[in-house]
Amino acid sequence: MLSKTGVPTREQVESVKPDRERLARGPVAVIECFQQIPCDPCYTACSRGAIQPFADINDLPRIDFGKCNGCGLCVAYCPGLAVFVVDETYSETEALVRIPWEFLNRPEAGQKAPGLNREGKEVALVTVKRVQPSPSKNGAYILWLAVPKELAFEVRSIPVK
Amino acid sequence: MYKTEILVVGGGPAGLAAALAAAEQGAEVTLADRNSDLGGQLVKQTHMFFGSKGQYASERGISIAKILKEKAAATGKIRILTGATVTGYYEDKKVTIEAGDKFFPVEPQRVIFATGAQENTLIFPGCDLPGIYGAGAVQTLMNLHGVKPGNRVAMVGAGNIGVIVSYQLLQAGVEVAAIIEAAPRIGGYYVHAAKVRRLGVPILTSHTVIKAHGNHCLEKITIAELDEKRQVMAGSERDLEVDVLCVSVGLSPLAELLFQAGCRMGYVPELGGFVPFRDDCLETSVAGIYVAGDAAGIGEASAAMVQGRIAGLAAAASLGYGKDTFLEKVTEAGRELTGLHGGPTGEKIRTGLAKLTLLAKEAV
Repeated sequence: MLSKTGVPTREQVESVKPDRERLARGPVAVIECFQQIPCDPCYTACSRGAIQPFADINDLPRIDFGKCNGCGLCVAYCPGLAVFVVDETYSETEALVRIPWEFLNRPEAGQKAPGLNREGKEVALVTVKRVQPSPSKNGAYILWLAVPKELAFEVRSIPVK
Repeated sequence: MYKTEILVVGGGPAGLAAALAAAEQGAEVTLADRNSDLGGQLVKQTHMFFGSKGQYASERGISIAKILKEKAAATGKIRILTGATVTGYYEDKKVTIEAGDKFFPVEPQRVIFATGAQENTLIFPGCDLPGIYGAGAVQTLMNLHGVKPGNRVAMVGAGNIGVIVSYQLLQAGVEVAAIIEAAPRIGGYYVHAAKVRRLGVPILTSHTVIKAHGNHCLEKITIAELDEKRQVMAGSERDLEVDVLCVSVGLSPLAELLFQAGCRMGYVPELGGFVPFRDDCLETSVAGIYVAGDAAGIGEASAAMVQGRIAGLAAAASLGYGKDTFLEKVTEAGRELTGLHGGPTGEKIRTGLAKLTLLAKEAV
């Protein structure tokens, strides 16, 4: 359970997942923010109007998947590193998952790495497709990982080392 | 005699914001900080901040320190004294400062105490072994001086500081064996917890450290699981081999100068300890003395900056500066503060503030 272990439940993850139809249309932001905290930069960052205005700064973010084009600005600006972009149209067998990365040792494009789930367990071998300097220009990067399609909502990191 | 209109004691997020707000209204300000540089704990905060645009959300703490310092310098109204410790507040309303080889009195018309907090500690057998640090020291070593505190760390405390410093340790290339938390729930924001969890760091809620072992320095710790009454469950003890134990079990407001100034104080555990009674503009029971940030009650830096702004605006207005914009600005700041404290994560602070109000009423 999230409050005891830091790992969200299956139901929580399902609750923020775009539907099949939207996933079939290309990249889309997935906001894994499950606790009301005073924070709204994802809304400010979104240039498409997909992330809805906050009536109260403690609201959970709400996203209109129809307006989201998966640009990833929210990935760069979320202070909780809780936003990911998932593209299930990447290939027949693989999805592309974008994750924020704030570690000095960066993988290189083309490199293989263990894919870690939300518990830090290795669940797949993934390929780093792109190492993108974060649009927030704050020293962070965004890693584009090709992961087995069925694990697009499982893989959320690679190891630090 | 060194005279100043407003003396701000402490140059962390609250003090910087207070000095800036007062100076922007036209007041002449002196900002004194005992450290060699301004910024307080911001200078160690490498993570992006929460909150909203008004509190520099998404900026890293270190960048916020830089922004505030540049803005403060740009006003041309703030005299900055670094390496300057405020040592006392006297009956004649003078404050003494020790700076390098100088010791001198200051005569301020208003004082804003933004003295921050100190870390709480944990007592257990072996807790004095080298290798056992407070989280602040670990941050200072890593993020200010570029020194790794060790190779394998156990963190005690899953509040925001505990989970954030654990992440910073991973960034510094240090292994984090576990985060140990006595409460049954993670106290920090869950997004911070999720960040370290997906990198494989176990978060052990309802656990405590019961002993540290080592001949000359820390070699291992014994941890154990706690039951609902927070008693050690027999047989749950196990050892973790670590060379660093990082203790992050809360903060207490630094209230000595407020006591000395005669401010009426109340003990409120939800706010971290003794804090001064104050009005909505953060003026204490002593006219002309204001408080902001952790000294007013332990909270987040984003809220500390808003409090600083309120105290700075109010102190300036009381001297006749910016009276025409005061109401508008202070109302906006008040709205921001209510928002920051408004959600489920602000419940503890809201409870604490309600208790403080009650204590203040009883004291009258």
